[in-house]
Amino acid sequence: MRKSDYYPILLMALAVILFPLLGGGNGYFISLLVFMGINGIISMGLSLLMGYAGQISLGHAAFYGIGAYSSGILTTKYSFHPVGAFFIGILFSALIAFLVGKPTLRLKGHYMAVATLGFGEILFIFFNELSPLTGGPSGLSGIPPLTFFGHLLEGTAYLYLVWGFVIFLLLFSLNVINSRVGRALRAVHGSELAANAMGVDASRYKVQVFVLSAIYASMAGSLYAHFVTFISPSSFSLMFSILLLMMVVVGGTETIWGALLGATVLTLLPEYLRGLEDFEVLAYGAILMGVLLFMPRGILQGIRGLLGKRGEVGVPSP
Amino acid sequence: MTEQVLRVQSFEKSFGGLRAIEALDFTVAAGQIKSFIGPNGAGKTTLFNLVTGILPPTAGTFEFAGRTLNGLKPHAIARLGISRTFQNLELFGNMTALENVMLGRHSRTAAGIFSAGLRLPGMRREERQIKEKALEELRFMGLENKAMMGATSLPLGEQKLLEIARALATQPKLLLLDEPAAGLNMRETVKLSETILRIRERGITVMLVEHDMSLVMEISDEVLVLNYGRKIAEGRPKEIQRHPDVIAAYLGEETQNA
Repeated sequence: MRKSDYYPILLMALAVILFPLLGGGNGYFISLLVFMGINGIISMGLSLLMGYAGQISLGHAAFYGIGAYSSGILTTKYSFHPVGAFFIGILFSALIAFLVGKPTLRLKGHYMAVATLGFGEILFIFFNELSPLTGGPSGLSGIPPLTFFGHLLEGTAYLYLVWGFVIFLLLFSLNVINSRVGRALRAVHGSELAANAMGVDASRYKVQVFVLSAIYASMAGSLYAHFVTFISPSSFSLMFSILLLMMVVVGGTETIWGALLGATVLTLLPEYLRGLEDFEVLAYGAILMGVLLFMPRGILQGIRGLLGKRGEVGVPSP
Repeated sequence: MTEQVLRVQSFEKSFGGLRAIEALDFTVAAGQIKSFIGPNGAGKTTLFNLVTGILPPTAGTFEFAGRTLNGLKPHAIARLGISRTFQNLELFGNMTALENVMLGRHSRTAAGIFSAGLRLPGMRREERQIKEKALEELRFMGLENKAMMGATSLPLGEQKLLEIARALATQPKLLLLDEPAAGLNMRETVKLSETILRIRERGITVMLVEHDMSLVMEISDEVLVLNYGRKIAEGRPKEIQRHPDVIAAYLGEETQNA
């Protein structure tokens, strides 16, 4: 973490604490904020993958699904403790990400995108067809809500839990970026030739980041499952993988903050466009196109540009 | 008999039908400054790319400190202690000068993604050491007050020195400098030659590709002349300057111009 990140993080933590108090615990707003946080967690991981490993994943909805179904199945059918199920989901996602990433990240080009696309589709079929475990297309219900020493975590308490994860993972991501590993990844971006000649094994770090981003998605999936208590395959389709990519691109791939902003905007946008009824999708598409046309580096850089803060050229602050 | 750091035997590299390096044998002794000269296209940069593992040789073997390097990837070769600079600068433009040099410490440090993310104490200590060592190398090259500048926003001469600082940060036993004086003015070139001698004083063996003949003849212990991928002469600077084949192939032009 850099000093310039302190205040935004403090500000965010403060907003998270105060917002539900001001909103008076309105259930709709709370759930909106929870989804914002869940989407934010996944897009931070994706942003590390896209911005620092230069790779695109079209399968992150599947890792999200692995987390959700691990929590859902293990707690309902095998009476696991939610924390245990949470970590099993993480292990499972990490293992799969390693197996998918290891061979594809050795290659140049977008083999990774194709591999994750295929893997996402396979998992989607599993979620649908493994009915005895997943409940098939009609979903899995009765997932227990989380408790903390006998207290039910719901509403504002759940919001704090999710955003606690967001802030922790944000700090984690910023630390990674400003470390030996982050430097290695940025170096590969700057000149892969020189990075290799200085002793950086590029593919190794790309795999590590991919595994990390899968873990983020799995965590988000577990948090999602215990919040909604009912999951079905449609939440983990290719469409959601694409939406996650959109969040990162719209926010801006150059910084982790961009991913959070993108997740916020794309979680809120459909809610505010709902009043347009039939024109909702049209307006949604138009807004996205507008953003990409006029702010090709994402909303965050776009706003910085409008404020006249161009930042040092060539040295983007992570 | 001095210890041989690098031993290259019957090296060959072909690109399609074109032979860039042919039947090349040489050794580099520890603590030497050995220069590789020859007209453009003689295969000097190709040789550097072979030694650092960026290109695989078509035939032949190379050994570093008694260890065969055939089949090793560039990052593994760097780890063994061979570092380099590039003819066309390859700095990380998205990073500061300091971060560029810090990256050079990569293969001498170990922090992984999880200890980095959690900022575990060991990782923080290591990070401090990386920074200290990087600042030391910047100071060695006289760039300490450029640490926080974007690497590619420095003037060309300083970018060249920064690449050397980055290469030194890897703690090499053998340093390959690919045309370090290209684009430098006279004053900078004089400083560069002093710097290369100071690098040798640190016990680092230097392989140098350079077109500036006065620099080469002044600081080299040995010179190897390549022409069309073949060795046409090898020896002390004095011998090379008098060698008839060399004069015909290469130096002849130079002396006429001078």
